[in-house]
Amino acid sequence: MSKRIFKMCPEFEDIMPDEYKELVEKGPYGKGYGVSDLGNFKELIEEHPLCAGCGLALALRLVIASLPVPEETIVVGSTGCSSLLFPQVALHNIHSIFGNQNAVATGLKRAMQLRFPDKEKDVVVIAGDGATADIGLDMVMQSWFRRERLTTIMLDNEAYANTGGQESGMSVEKKVLNMAPTGKKFPKICLPEVAREAGCDYVATVSSANSRRIEKVVRQAVLTAREVGPSYVQIFSPCPTNYKFKSHESVAMAKAREKDGTYSMVEYVSDNARSFLEGLKEEAKHAKRN
Amino acid sequence: MSTLKYKVAAGPEGYLPPAAASCGIVLPEKGEALIEGAIVPEEEAMLEIVKKLQNASNPVFFPGPLLLWDWKEGVREKAKEVKEFADLMDARIIPMPDYRPKYPMINPEIEINPNHPNLTIWHNQIDVCVFIGVHCHYANVALKIVRGGTDCYTIALCAEMGHEDAMISLRDVGLQKIKALKEIAVKLKKGGQG
Repeated sequence: MSKRIFKMCPEFEDIMPDEYKELVEKGPYGKGYGVSDLGNFKELIEEHPLCAGCGLALALRLVIASLPVPEETIVVGSTGCSSLLFPQVALHNIHSIFGNQNAVATGLKRAMQLRFPDKEKDVVVIAGDGATADIGLDMVMQSWFRRERLTTIMLDNEAYANTGGQESGMSVEKKVLNMAPTGKKFPKICLPEVAREAGCDYVATVSSANSRRIEKVVRQAVLTAREVGPSYVQIFSPCPTNYKFKSHESVAMAKAREKDGTYSMVEYVSDNARSFLEGLKEEAKHAKRN
Repeated sequence: MSTLKYKVAAGPEGYLPPAAASCGIVLPEKGEALIEGAIVPEEEAMLEIVKKLQNASNPVFFPGPLLLWDWKEGVREKAKEVKEFADLMDARIIPMPDYRPKYPMINPEIEINPNHPNLTIWHNQIDVCVFIGVHCHYANVALKIVRGGTDCYTIALCAEMGHEDAMISLRDVGLQKIKALKEIAVKLKKGGQG
């Protein structure tokens, strides 16, 4: 996409709603903003219909602010809470049928490479735990086996949250939910380890309470997918509605799970990805010195 | 299926109107256009477009993203011509800047959205509207909703093959066709027949 797409035809500037004028003047396109700049630019997502205190909404806000080049990024989503929010985002995004997201993203990435051979188009899959670890696991893992240059981000709220609270593969063992009254019978799926073994070059888990780490891992994951191979980021996004805590406790809940070790924070980086990311760091240091 | 020719007339046709294509309406070849589902020479359709706009009590142009954003060579020139054409027709312009189904809802006074275009038409009491610069798949959605829920007369000035669900559909609309429409409008205003 050309950045010209964010320039209005002068004939119509006077009739364009203010929010579009603000997006052009104060939006993040082409400016390299990040999480630390939040509050100083017009964000690509500002309103959403998700529940008050939704950890997933917070995670998405931070992920979108962390994308290295939003104007060259296409997000593929899937059914779930996040799919209620994505239509509001001022970013190219495609909704896929439940579970198909990594298959759709594969086709999209390949098409983009053919259509724009001289440009890097980042295709980022953002879906919930149900779409990623349960219903779409086949498509997700096959894309990793094929080493598709995609970033897969799971927003893990540990439940099927917008259908009343069924257990997902990512719910913790024995957890009782609205639609799982006798408690979950098997452990949480260790998807980061599955991703590592399935061929992902960069894998990280993070919680929605840790904005700096989200920025770091999302950027590393997207850049790794662009140059090295598939990447996977899993973001713990607590759900106040189904896990029955107050909406203002969402961040504290995420921090507590991180602290007590019931949501482990891991990072697996392949040798190729490590050498690529270290090269980037060196380049950045060199650029800073000069 | 009825053998009677389906007429793509102004609505309201009711919730979920049939797609005109499913009722036997086909898109015209080059040099042709559609008026209420019937294939006619494009000159005839262009004259009818100007007449409809001229006789409307509240005509409105809905330029879409392909025309509002200066995204490639030639767009700005086309935008200028469309603006002049709308001014010539004393038509208001309400933009469709993108296709997001916004939350909680759009402001129908100043914008139109393809997912609920009826809100803008109802709010502004628009009797004739022109869709231009809207990607075809969203134009199809919007035109069908407008026909289903409003009595607004729809005109599609399409850069591609046109739209069965518009009451008048002109295809291959580029700079020259907009200029030609302007010329017809000037002639009609002076009392000629176009």
